[in-house]
Amino acid sequence: MASTAHGNSAAAARLAPEMKHPDNSAIVHESNGKLRFEISHLNFFYGPKQAVFDLNLNIPKNRVTALIGPSGCGKSTFLRTLNRMNETIRNTRVEGEILLDGQDILQMDVVGLRRRVGMVFQRPNPFPKSIYENVAYGLRINGYKGRLHDLVEHSLRRAALWDEVKDYLHKSAFALSGGQQQRLCIARALAVDPEVLLLDEPCSALDPVTTAKIEELMFHLKDSCTLAIVTHNMQQAARASDFTAFMLDGKLIEHSETSKLFTTPKDPRTEAYITGRFG
Amino acid sequence: MERHFEHDLNELKQRLLWMGSLAERSVHQAVHAVLDADEHLAEAVLSEEDAINEMQIEIDDRVQRLLALQAPMAADLRFLLAVARINSDLERIGDQAVNIAQSSMRVLRHPQVKPYVDLPRMSELAESMVRDSLNALVRGDQELAQSVMQRDDQVDRLRDQLFRELLTYMMENSSVVFSAFELILVAKNLERIGDHATNIAEDVIYFVAGRDVRHPALDRR
Repeated sequence: MASTAHGNSAAAARLAPEMKHPDNSAIVHESNGKLRFEISHLNFFYGPKQAVFDLNLNIPKNRVTALIGPSGCGKSTFLRTLNRMNETIRNTRVEGEILLDGQDILQMDVVGLRRRVGMVFQRPNPFPKSIYENVAYGLRINGYKGRLHDLVEHSLRRAALWDEVKDYLHKSAFALSGGQQQRLCIARALAVDPEVLLLDEPCSALDPVTTAKIEELMFHLKDSCTLAIVTHNMQQAARASDFTAFMLDGKLIEHSETSKLFTTPKDPRTEAYITGRFG
Repeated sequence: MERHFEHDLNELKQRLLWMGSLAERSVHQAVHAVLDADEHLAEAVLSEEDAINEMQIEIDDRVQRLLALQAPMAADLRFLLAVARINSDLERIGDQAVNIAQSSMRVLRHPQVKPYVDLPRMSELAESMVRDSLNALVRGDQELAQSVMQRDDQVDRLRDQLFRELLTYMMENSSVVFSAFELILVAKNLERIGDHATNIAEDVIYFVAGRDVRHPALDRR
């Protein structure tokens, strides 16, 4: 094992005691007690394999919560439990409680849940339709009866894309650049006015300029929406989120204000991971 | 395998410690220029000033480069912030040593005012504070850093004591005013060196524990 510049070591990280339930009280305090999600004792299984272990986490309203951790730590799995996206995978099982504004999402109508909790994926996945139809699609299938055009424009504006596409609304979405396609997917998700937007590595395929646009967008969106983002880019988590949760081996290790977690993490495993001395 | 960043951090620490040893030696030589009436020591301090200043710039450059290129976090970030501040304190300690050396050259032109009793004690204390603050950095030793901070009060008391005593000499005999005043400046500079060592100790605690102990009276969450 390499010695480190200032005496921290991966060994220290491995010897750290298991933290049963990271203290969520600071999160509750910092968010003025306004929580969108309250997750208790969450376990998730892919067949016999458990991917998330007894996870307890609060996600505050109108804030950005980042989920970080090494590949395979369960952060995307956890994110996908928040709108029951994992149910599309066979032989999965979830235990525990996930409350959205105090209501158990496991008891909700899944279509209604996903309207309230939208999702944006790693790779932009526009429909093979025009830019306009991509945004209008969700509204149509939800039976929206109002002025469709106004809402499409509003959603594209919220996604900071309107000015770039307003003259090409009926062109194929595939004609857009990767960054524009990702913002189109965000506009599509925003069209049905979700309370929460889940973003699973939304910038991993984007260049730094486009990434900056998405981060700026997240900053503005949190006025009207709660955001949870999975990212491998720790600078992105540090820049763009208000709270950060660090997961390891399916367990939540530490969850605190981003400014604290990235300067003075409490758990040596968090320290080892964010300083690149993990393992 | 040692990471490149790790190697750079280690090298930075070694350079900072080297600068610290230069500053420490300058203080020792400057005070002994007074105590031993040795002008050569004072000249050595003056000739070393540039080396300390150059190191300050070099260390700042290294910190700036690592901050920009490595986007450090947690202990790495705290270490670099602490190094930047310690670097500045060490350069100031070098400046205080130069001030003492210049005072010594002026003092040596006159007869000795009094036997030196408190000045060597004060000097030993201030030098030990600088040394231990850097040892605390090397070992990541919070307790040692804390003990440096506690010693600052002793240095302040010795300065006050020396001021009072030298004032009585000046009141009794106006011919010693010039030398006594220079000795007061020497004591003032030693007291400032103690303050800089205290700053370094505070930075060590920040780096090791992430606690900002600089102004305890301020209510921090």
